[in-house]
Amino acid sequence: MANAEIFHVRTEEAPTLPAPVSTTGVIGWMRKNLFSSIGNTLLTLVGVYIAYSIIMPFIQFAFIDAVWTGDDRQACLATEPGQHIGACWAYVEAYLPQFIYGRYPVEERYRVDIVYALFVLLLVPLLIPSVPRKGLNATLFLAVFPIITYFLLTGLVIGGTVILPIVETAVWGGLLVTLVIAVTGIVASLPIGIALALGRRSQMPIIKLVCVIFIEFWRGVPLITVLFMSSVMLPLFLPEGVTFDKLLRVLIGVTLFSSAYMAEVVRGGLQAIPKGQYEGAMALGLRFWPMMYLIVLPQALKLVIPGIVNTFIGLFKDTTLVLIVGMFDLLGQIQSSFSDPTWSTPSQGHTGYLFAAIVFFVFCFGMSRYSIFMERKLHTGHKR
Amino acid sequence: MSKHFLPLVLGAALGVAATSASATTLDDVKAKGFIQCGVSQGLPGFSNPDAQGNWTGIDVDFCRAMAAAIFDDTTAVKFTPLSAKERFTALQSGEIDVLSRNTTWTMTRDTSLGLNFAGVNYYDGQGFMVRKDLGVTSALELSGASVCTNTGTTTELNVADYFRANNMPYEIVAFEKADEVVAAYDAGRCDVYTTDASGLYAQRLKLTNPGDHIVLPEIISKEPLGPVVRQGDDQWFNVARWTLNAMINAEELGVSSENVDSMMSTDNPGIKRLLGVEGSFGENIGLTNDWAARIIKHVGNYAESFNANVGPDTPLGISRGVNALWSDGGVLYAAPIR
Repeated sequence: MANAEIFHVRTEEAPTLPAPVSTTGVIGWMRKNLFSSIGNTLLTLVGVYIAYSIIMPFIQFAFIDAVWTGDDRQACLATEPGQHIGACWAYVEAYLPQFIYGRYPVEERYRVDIVYALFVLLLVPLLIPSVPRKGLNATLFLAVFPIITYFLLTGLVIGGTVILPIVETAVWGGLLVTLVIAVTGIVASLPIGIALALGRRSQMPIIKLVCVIFIEFWRGVPLITVLFMSSVMLPLFLPEGVTFDKLLRVLIGVTLFSSAYMAEVVRGGLQAIPKGQYEGAMALGLRFWPMMYLIVLPQALKLVIPGIVNTFIGLFKDTTLVLIVGMFDLLGQIQSSFSDPTWSTPSQGHTGYLFAAIVFFVFCFGMSRYSIFMERKLHTGHKR
Repeated sequence: MSKHFLPLVLGAALGVAATSASATTLDDVKAKGFIQCGVSQGLPGFSNPDAQGNWTGIDVDFCRAMAAAIFDDTTAVKFTPLSAKERFTALQSGEIDVLSRNTTWTMTRDTSLGLNFAGVNYYDGQGFMVRKDLGVTSALELSGASVCTNTGTTTELNVADYFRANNMPYEIVAFEKADEVVAAYDAGRCDVYTTDASGLYAQRLKLTNPGDHIVLPEIISKEPLGPVVRQGDDQWFNVARWTLNAMINAEELGVSSENVDSMMSTDNPGIKRLLGVEGSFGENIGLTNDWAARIIKHVGNYAESFNANVGPDTPLGISRGVNALWSDGGVLYAAPIR
């Protein structure tokens, strides 16, 4: 049959074929991002090699060759010639209480635990935006918590009765000192810094002058000098027998120092606010403080979150400088443990510094991630 | 000012401790019930905290001995870790009562800082460490060696003096921190490692194979280390000086923490005077007559302190050497109690 034409009528849709293997999935991603040209391929290979030669020895040192248990240095010594001993985690284990509490008396350490627990319990809800009752939470954290902490950590004696035995700040150490200095510095420097920044932009000449002198003075001297002056020079100026607590001197020094930096960061934010915002606020009849509190500062502070957190992280790491005035922060405590002949081994130093690096990284990275989270949350469309 | 900051300021008001400056140091110490003792931030065997946070070392033992003499209680002492730069100010300002921090006794320090050295509790000096397989037995064979040391310290100058005086060429490989120096020496970047002899023994523990290294017998500098007190309070100075002397005399007379009780009934007049059975030596320096007996009972004599902290049976493994009693060929010599 000549006209017997055959029609093919498709009754269902042709199945969608997967995209070519070379453009999707891991392979596609790699082809696109890592091996798209000869130059990129070379760069990728060099990068992989560098990463490999850094990460492999690290894993070898920190895990494979590491010593996990032991009672003294014998555990972390090579038993046969040529044996490679990595991180001596047994030493960190033995010293861990000291890294956390310093030389705080063992039977009183529960007090530090309470402070750590309160700190977390009050801070975490404050940081999570969806938890209600922010006002109460902030009052507890900023007003009640410091008072409780002060008495818990230093001790409480009422009328001769010892309720909590006095623990001198000289025996505090480790993470405790790091956190006390960092948290006090961070919490106190922000409001002082804001006040200084406002003062520096003030129309009133004396306030402006005082603020400028304060900021420029503290920014002009290194933190080491401040700590050193407070610990070495100050006792010479005071009458004989009168001594300030050393930790207190450091706290004041660190706070004033970081306030000056904070002031400049905040001033940057204030200058970025268009004049129209001020004028609009004034046109609404707001006076200076409501204008600042309701209109200007919320916008200014939001703009400088990265700068503020940057200062906080810098401050957190700067706490290690207190070592030079004979106080033992986390790093100082770790360094002082190197002098214990019971644990002296070739890998002790590397292990201790690695541990310090991990702890500091956890804290600083946490602050950094939280700041990014806040930036995204407060993002109102100005971001480019 | 934030609300968080306020309690700390209040704390400042409470933390200001005003003591009357008129009384003598001994009266002040007795009144407050403890000695404030300045120690290092950690020098193995001399003053270092152990894993439990207790201070140990021969410098620490000295302060505990003073506490034993005054209070009959070795825990009546508080330790202030001090950096090398802070130590003298802390003593001058009254922050500490005695400085027992491996401090070298030099003329400048003794005469111009308003301080007095109460004696020497360890005769240190700069030494050399080399690998055993070099076959070197004397520092005079080190001609042409490369020497690892810390930068900007007197050790570097001492090496220069020594090698020049002996007409030997040498090469300095200097690093900022002690750990770097040890690592460099361990890695074979230099033939010789030099620092204070006590430090050599401590750093040897950080080498991969400590047994492969020896400390050469030559000591090229004098570093007499001892406790320091403020100038102008002779009573306190006497307590410090004679605490040290009592420990050394006890070793010489064979009195130790183990036999001190039975020694009380001895016939030896020297021991009787030491233990306060005869005479009133303790009362004359403002203490009780059994002051030295307390020191020996709680802390021990010099040999016990030395052996427990730095001696051959400790990881440091330092032999007595020049720190032996004068009667055993060392230079340790305490004035007699009579």
